Amino acid sequence: MKYIIKKLGMMIATLLVVSICVFLAFSIIPGDPALRLLGTEASPELLAQTRQQMGLTDPLPVRYLRWFLGFIRGDFGVSYNYKTPVAGMIVSKIPITLTMAAMAFLMTILISIPLGIFTAKHEGSWLDRGIIVINQIIMAVPPFFSGILITFIFGMILRLFTPGGFVNYTADVGRFVRYLFFPSVAIALPKIAMTVRMLRGSLIDEAAKDYSRTAYSRGNNTNGVLYRHILKNALIPVITFLGMTLADMVAGSIVIEQVFSIPGISRILLTSISNRDYPVVEAIIMGIATIVIVVNFLVDVIYRIIDPRIGFEDE
Amino acid sequence: MSKVGKKLKKNMRDNPYLAAGLVITGMVLLLIIVGLFWTPYEPTAMNAKEKLSGISLRHPMGTDNMGRDVLSRVMYGSRITLFIAMGTVAIGAFAGTIIGAVTGYFGGMLDEVMMRIIDAMFAFPSILLALVIISIFGTGWVQLLVSLGIAFVPSFARIVRGEVLRCRNMDYVENARLQGVSDLRMIFVHILPNIKGVLASAILIGFNNAVLAEAGLSYLGVGSQPPYASLGRMLSDAQQYMFTTPSYVLCPGIVIVLMVLGFAFLGEGISRWK
Amino acid sequence: MTGRSFNRKAVSKLLTIVLATLTIALSGCSSDKTAGDDSSKITIGIPQDISGLDPHNITGAGTKEVLFNVFEGLVKPDENGNLNPAVASDYTISDDSKVYSFTLRDGIRFHDGSAVTAEDIKYSLERNCGLDGSEPLIKSFSNIESVSIVDDSHVDVVLTEGDSDFLTQLTVAIIPKSNQTPDSTPIGTGPYKFVSWSPQESVVMTRFDDYWGEKAFIKDVTFKITSNPDAIVMDLKGGSIDMFPRITSTQAEQLKDEFMIYEGTMNLVQALYINNAEKPFDDVRVRQALCYAINPQEIMDFVSDGAGAEIGSAMFPSYSKYFLPELNDTYNTDTDKAKELLAQAGYQNGFEFTITVPSNYTQHVDTAQVVSEQLKAIGVTANIQEVEWNTWLSDVYTDKNYQATVVGIDASTLSASSLLARYVSDSPKNLVHFNSREYDETYSKAVATADDKEKTEYYKECERILSKEAASVYIQDLPEFVALNRKFTGYVFYPIYVQDIARIRPVEQ
Repeated sequence: MKYIIKKLGMMIATLLVVSICVFLAFSIIPGDPALRLLGTEASPELLAQTRQQMGLTDPLPVRYLRWFLGFIRGDFGVSYNYKTPVAGMIVSKIPITLTMAAMAFLMTILISIPLGIFTAKHEGSWLDRGIIVINQIIMAVPPFFSGILITFIFGMILRLFTPGGFVNYTADVGRFVRYLFFPSVAIALPKIAMTVRMLRGSLIDEAAKDYSRTAYSRGNNTNGVLYRHILKNALIPVITFLGMTLADMVAGSIVIEQVFSIPGISRILLTSISNRDYPVVEAIIMGIATIVIVVNFLVDVIYRIIDPRIGFEDE
Repeated sequence: MSKVGKKLKKNMRDNPYLAAGLVITGMVLLLIIVGLFWTPYEPTAMNAKEKLSGISLRHPMGTDNMGRDVLSRVMYGSRITLFIAMGTVAIGAFAGTIIGAVTGYFGGMLDEVMMRIIDAMFAFPSILLALVIISIFGTGWVQLLVSLGIAFVPSFARIVRGEVLRCRNMDYVENARLQGVSDLRMIFVHILPNIKGVLASAILIGFNNAVLAEAGLSYLGVGSQPPYASLGRMLSDAQQYMFTTPSYVLCPGIVIVLMVLGFAFLGEGISRWK
Repeated sequence: MTGRSFNRKAVSKLLTIVLATLTIALSGCSSDKTAGDDSSKITIGIPQDISGLDPHNITGAGTKEVLFNVFEGLVKPDENGNLNPAVASDYTISDDSKVYSFTLRDGIRFHDGSAVTAEDIKYSLERNCGLDGSEPLIKSFSNIESVSIVDDSHVDVVLTEGDSDFLTQLTVAIIPKSNQTPDSTPIGTGPYKFVSWSPQESVVMTRFDDYWGEKAFIKDVTFKITSNPDAIVMDLKGGSIDMFPRITSTQAEQLKDEFMIYEGTMNLVQALYINNAEKPFDDVRVRQALCYAINPQEIMDFVSDGAGAEIGSAMFPSYSKYFLPELNDTYNTDTDKAKELLAQAGYQNGFEFTITVPSNYTQHVDTAQVVSEQLKAIGVTANIQEVEWNTWLSDVYTDKNYQATVVGIDASTLSASSLLARYVSDSPKNLVHFNSREYDETYSKAVATADDKEKTEYYKECERILSKEAASVYIQDLPEFVALNRKFTGYVFYPIYVQDIARIRPVEQ
């Protein structure tokens, strides 16, 4: 319990640091937000008035506090470009990106864990070797390149999906999920390869440890108890890795959304970055960072539950 | 020398990863090195009569939509990609090692604060962190190099810090400390050389991640500017000609894959070096 | 680990689940056509998001071409370059071109069902005049002295100074005075009414069944933002969009078997616009050297397989009344001449500058690349900086913080002034900081003249000055290739930058 509280404290500290960094980064950028909002043809009086209204004349800490409290309440300010509240712009896109990341994550778990166990079990066989080499190759393919190839092969030649034919979840959930299947594959592929490799290595290491050797030599491997033990121990590093992967998948969707013309979070993020629409960028970045930090916290907790031996880091 | 040669020969035979890694990396490096001095055509030279031609003797990788020779552009582009990846890892490894070593060695408040900042940076997947930095500094390959470099600092800092923590309490460090060795000397002379193995593998992995990240960001159009193109940028330009001239898409793509694969095999091979 | 066996059953069970899931997922992925099957709806790809919905407050031809279907002015342009009565059913112009009298079309309604009143017309026009002391939204509207309601169906627009060209300005959208939120709930009188706008995703419209004129054929229209130009061909071939205006010639080549390809011109002045206020472009010899070094025909060969129309000044051929083909030959490609001029200006070793181009316009990016290559021959290094469209609008177009750019400038009205006004030295839209007293005088004479023939002559003189002074390197009017699903027909080109969707109809079976 003490452990969880300490981790919780660290998580909140990290979140605070992230928010300060993000806020500072976007405050030091040259350029006047009021001017960006009103355009260059606005009169000086109106500019001054808007600056006042936006609270830009207040000292930095006050502005940070206001921004941070707004963020917690879900108020992310107004987009410079679209002049609408940022929250409204983002909320409708979240399910798109999250569904894709979740599907990719599910695929990763469903495929990599059995495959990892399989290769570990048949360590050294030609099948194992083949899978390792294929793994290496898949890891070397940039996701957007596999995305292009998938679009070409499955979309254009086999006609299994309509490239660019994204259907929003508000229109038809079934077709929405179906369209996201192949993009999810493109995101999941390298992650599957990495997880298989990791799980395989971890399983082999565990099986070589003293306790399993002893157990084997006593002939204790018939009822699967040992198997479960090894698997459980071997899964610990894999879970940490999968936790980080989930965050990576959200980031991986940035490129993949572009390849498959999906109007999700990433599309908004990219255009906002190049349009210097900072309130939107800040909100999305804070959002993703929060997800990552919370996931990492949960991973730490799960880790602890699986393996109570783990003490505090460097204590 | 001959001893190393013999050992290499033996390893090459027993260790297919090493062999494959050396061959593939060698091929890519050859392409880049030759490209430094000579390319079949000027990478930006256009030819209206040879737009989007497929693979031929005149153009071993075909031409692009401006009639430029894809091979020459790939030779040039892989140089940019390699350069950015190396620069990224150099920045990341250098800054990361110093931060990791210092915080790990001294501990205390400094460590606590730095680790929160590193944690905070870790909350951003590297591609996202790079995008944020680019959104502040603007687009271009210098910005791309710097932002990716910064994005790679936390992972190196963490690895090195962990290793330094492990070494800090070892006997030899204790002994040195008793002999009155200064802190800086301790870090750089006694501890860091002991973790070079871990660092080396981190650099190889980091290098591959950097190639992939650079390609991804260039694909998004925030990297190198036309008319010169890194491999990722070429792919994004080529995507629309997939139907008419598949070679234009496949060649740069395959070169990226080979570049990453070569180094991955090399890393795998080195770890199995006997 | 070989030999020691894991629980074989558990593994095979897991594998079975995985395979089953994959099979189900894949079988669900059978081909689905999202568009085209139902010909009462059409999906049109556009290269960038629109910049806003308030018709009086938008910049960018890409926004205007979409909103053309929603809004109408007192008069409306047609495909032949004529102005036809729209919200007004009739008009008369006084002999001194000072009083424009309009008759409100009988029974015309806004999309919300309310009737258009004379009050709405007065409100819409005055909204653009800047009567509250602010800068007028349309510069030429500062010439409006008053908009007066004669009776319920008659409105007079009175000008301070006579302007025979003023009718071309009155295509400005008429919107209801009662609408408090024109920037989020646009209401107009056009053949389509606005349904929704999802930023970076789409703009949806539906047919306005109470339209006063010939009603649109297709009921539902979606403008889908396809900001990744590389995906256009795939999206069209895949069937997720039915039409894409302004594809490149290479894309047209790839699509011609499955799609109807219409070829026209974009009606743009595509040029290498150079900032005349910046060194070294403040020297006319440097600008002329660039003109001599850049070969428009070669650019057309690369960018659009030779299609397109060369231009020599800020005017495109479809404004045939004003276009001067002889200006194409002011600077015929001559590298030696260019080098000589550079040497005279003190740049015998060349110089380096940056071309800022909007990344979503493939044609302009490609043109910039060819220009950069051509300039190498005279020792000039042109770096290319790609930026997002909105960044281009704010940095280059509005703030004029740039050295050079390749872009196409369109005409917002059917008058030559819409292309030439921006070169007057104190015009806020003077993109290139062109500064010529001779030009300013000629232009003001053109505006002041009531006689159309004389006016045209002055405009032509303006074009000649632009060419002589090399205000920019004028390249071409880009060819426009429109890909349309073969289920539809009836696409028409306009001499201005619009997409008239109301004319597109399903092919009869």
